[in-house]
Amino acid sequence: MIFGRAKSIADSLRKTRESAFGQIGALLGPSDIDEAFWEELETLLIQADVGVKTTVHLIEWLQERVDEEGLHRTEQVRELLKGRMVEILSASETDYLSGRRLLSVVLVAGVNGSGKTTSIGKLAHWHKEKGQKVILAAADTFRAAAIDQLKLWSQRAGVDIIAQAPGSDPGAVTYDAIQAAFGRREASVVIIDTAGRLQTQFNLMAELSKIQRVAAQNVHEAPHETLLTLDATSGSNALSQAKHFAKSAPLTGVILTKLDGAAKGGMALAVAHEHGLPIKWIGTGERMEDLQPFNAREYVEALFDNGAATTEAVR
Amino acid sequence: MFDDLTDKLQETFQRLGQKGRLTEEDVDIAMRDVKLALLEADVNFKVVRQFVKDVKAKAIGQQITKTLKPAEMVVKIVNEQLIELLGEPGRLNLSSPPTIIMLVGLQGSGKTTTAGKLANWLRNNHKGSRPMMVAADTYRPAAVRQLEVLGEQLQLPVHSEGIEPPPPEIAQRGVEKARANRHNVIIVDTAGRLNIDEQMMQELEEVKARIQPDEILFVADAMTGQVAVEVAQDFNARVGLTGVIFTKVDGDARGGAALSIREVTGVPIKFLGVGEKLDAIEIFHPDRLAGRILGMGDILTLIEKAEAAIDQDEAEALGARLEKGEFDFEDFLRASHQMKRLGPISKLMGMMPGMGDLMRQLEPGQMETQMKITEAIVSSMTRKERRNPKLLNGSRKKRIAAGSGRTVQEVNQLVQNFREMQKMIKQMPAFLQEGMMGGGGGRGGRRGRRGRRGRGDAPELPFDISQFGR
Repeated sequence: MIFGRAKSIADSLRKTRESAFGQIGALLGPSDIDEAFWEELETLLIQADVGVKTTVHLIEWLQERVDEEGLHRTEQVRELLKGRMVEILSASETDYLSGRRLLSVVLVAGVNGSGKTTSIGKLAHWHKEKGQKVILAAADTFRAAAIDQLKLWSQRAGVDIIAQAPGSDPGAVTYDAIQAAFGRREASVVIIDTAGRLQTQFNLMAELSKIQRVAAQNVHEAPHETLLTLDATSGSNALSQAKHFAKSAPLTGVILTKLDGAAKGGMALAVAHEHGLPIKWIGTGERMEDLQPFNAREYVEALFDNGAATTEAVR
Repeated sequence: MFDDLTDKLQETFQRLGQKGRLTEEDVDIAMRDVKLALLEADVNFKVVRQFVKDVKAKAIGQQITKTLKPAEMVVKIVNEQLIELLGEPGRLNLSSPPTIIMLVGLQGSGKTTTAGKLANWLRNNHKGSRPMMVAADTYRPAAVRQLEVLGEQLQLPVHSEGIEPPPPEIAQRGVEKARANRHNVIIVDTAGRLNIDEQMMQELEEVKARIQPDEILFVADAMTGQVAVEVAQDFNARVGLTGVIFTKVDGDARGGAALSIREVTGVPIKFLGVGEKLDAIEIFHPDRLAGRILGMGDILTLIEKAEAAIDQDEAEALGARLEKGEFDFEDFLRASHQMKRLGPISKLMGMMPGMGDLMRQLEPGQMETQMKITEAIVSSMTRKERRNPKLLNGSRKKRIAAGSGRTVQEVNQLVQNFREMQKMIKQMPAFLQEGMMGGGGGRGGRRGRRGRRGRGDAPELPFDISQFGR
């Protein structure tokens, strides 16, 4: 099982590896450390969307270690870099829905088009596979046909859905879903789909706070997870998203979506570094099974492995 | 407008010392700031490299004048270069109706919403346009339904066949039907796809071959990072793009990807998506986008700062007085103390879109100095005088001038300005309730603001957000 999963992550990150991170792998092959090496490494990290701040941090951190330990080979930097990346990514790691409770409430939020509804469909499937009874709350009452989209996912995953008419109050939908979960008793997970919103839209961010409050008032310590969907193709704006969404609804983690593309997902590192926000799930395709729990070491290994070989091919 | 970069460059040039013209060494060092600013805006690394090289060539040897400081000079060149590279806004080719427009792009970039916005825009801006939309995204659950709903909202026809038939066939039949019904604009929505998905890219080629579109528009998310270049290149290579629509520009993304895409593909940017509503689309303007890429200020920061620094009780009290049309020198002093807690005024003004130009006309610190003088004068008044400025006669003014170390003329000027202000406040209590001091921290407050506004409205800011980057 574990190997199966690991292979799948490596597979989905194949394209990523062929780009920037793969080239980092190649750069960190056997050679001497010189000024050009640092410059090249900096360039590649930027190209991988690691962001200026985190890139500068990584380079400075590495240079310090190299000086302290008197290293002079680039392959030694490779292990250091991998180690530091794992450290950053796992610093704030917590288990998904840890602890036991009667009803778990999961709130999913993010900007428009970041993959909320798709991720929720996959998440519902994951819970279902574990034998849990799931209710989806269609609290994106704004976007045309968003409710229909979630309904289709609920059918695919074989889980219940609570929805009202388009344009209805998302807080009310949330309340209904929670009541339904209690009423039918057997439901142990409520996943709330919310409308896409840009973090600059104050009224919509306030609406998100309200959904969060409705959950908090009706279930002890809910929402137990508040996940931000982050598009792996996004650049530095991911940082602004993490910051401002966290203010409206305290975030517990990130679902990193669309990792099956050429996207580098480097922003995940920046978000973890600058905002201490752990990645909990990664989305790697359009099928229901294409959602995997995030594991920092596996992820970093997958980014670097075979990098040298593929880069040779690219060159 | 380009505060961040200008500030950084000013520091840099101060370190370098004063010279008559920009030397190569100076420019080299300054270019590091430019490079970082562009990278932080998500401009592609390779594009940044070339950009910096070009700017450098233009900057070296530039005469430094009294009116333009080195930092401003560099920013000016950078800005001009950005505007030049972003290019003229592309126009839709509507010359041979029916015009067939095909929208392509990654998942979640905003194609379906854009299809609706574009149809609406054409109807409203091109007389005689009779748009029809075609739902050829059979992959994403409910994508067809979404376009149908948009069609209902806009009262425009949508051709859809569910999700069973292959998209190229749906597209073809849709176009045939539109022709038969004499629609002169046909907008075909396609599924989001990864540029590396061979099968899906082949399908896109087939759709193109079947409908022979006049326009193939690449819909790109303003938040895209470094990968934007590869994606746009791949789409361009496979189907030949005729334009780019940049979406979600109403957020706080700097949008450097626009520059990258334009630079690497040469495809013109045609429209910007600027909001949730179906009329939130506008023709692209290079100057506005250039301002945004260079960091034209940060409204979120401004508002955060205001919320953190302003004493709520005091602001509410002031707001209440303003609503009644009351305002004296005591209120003035309190308000100015609140403002000071926010930081330098020039910085605050720079955060407000549209104020950049004004700030550039002032000497640095000029506003602060003026504020200090005003405060000194007001502080030299007695409490009675502050509450009742009518008391201020010749001898009192003389005393105040002496006490504050200013001239009687200055005191006169201030009193006169203050009266003007009082008049305005008396005339427009309603206006002040809504905006300015009263709205930001006081009564208008967050609750009212959020409660009143419906979904999809622009957030209510003390200024017009559509002025962003202008």
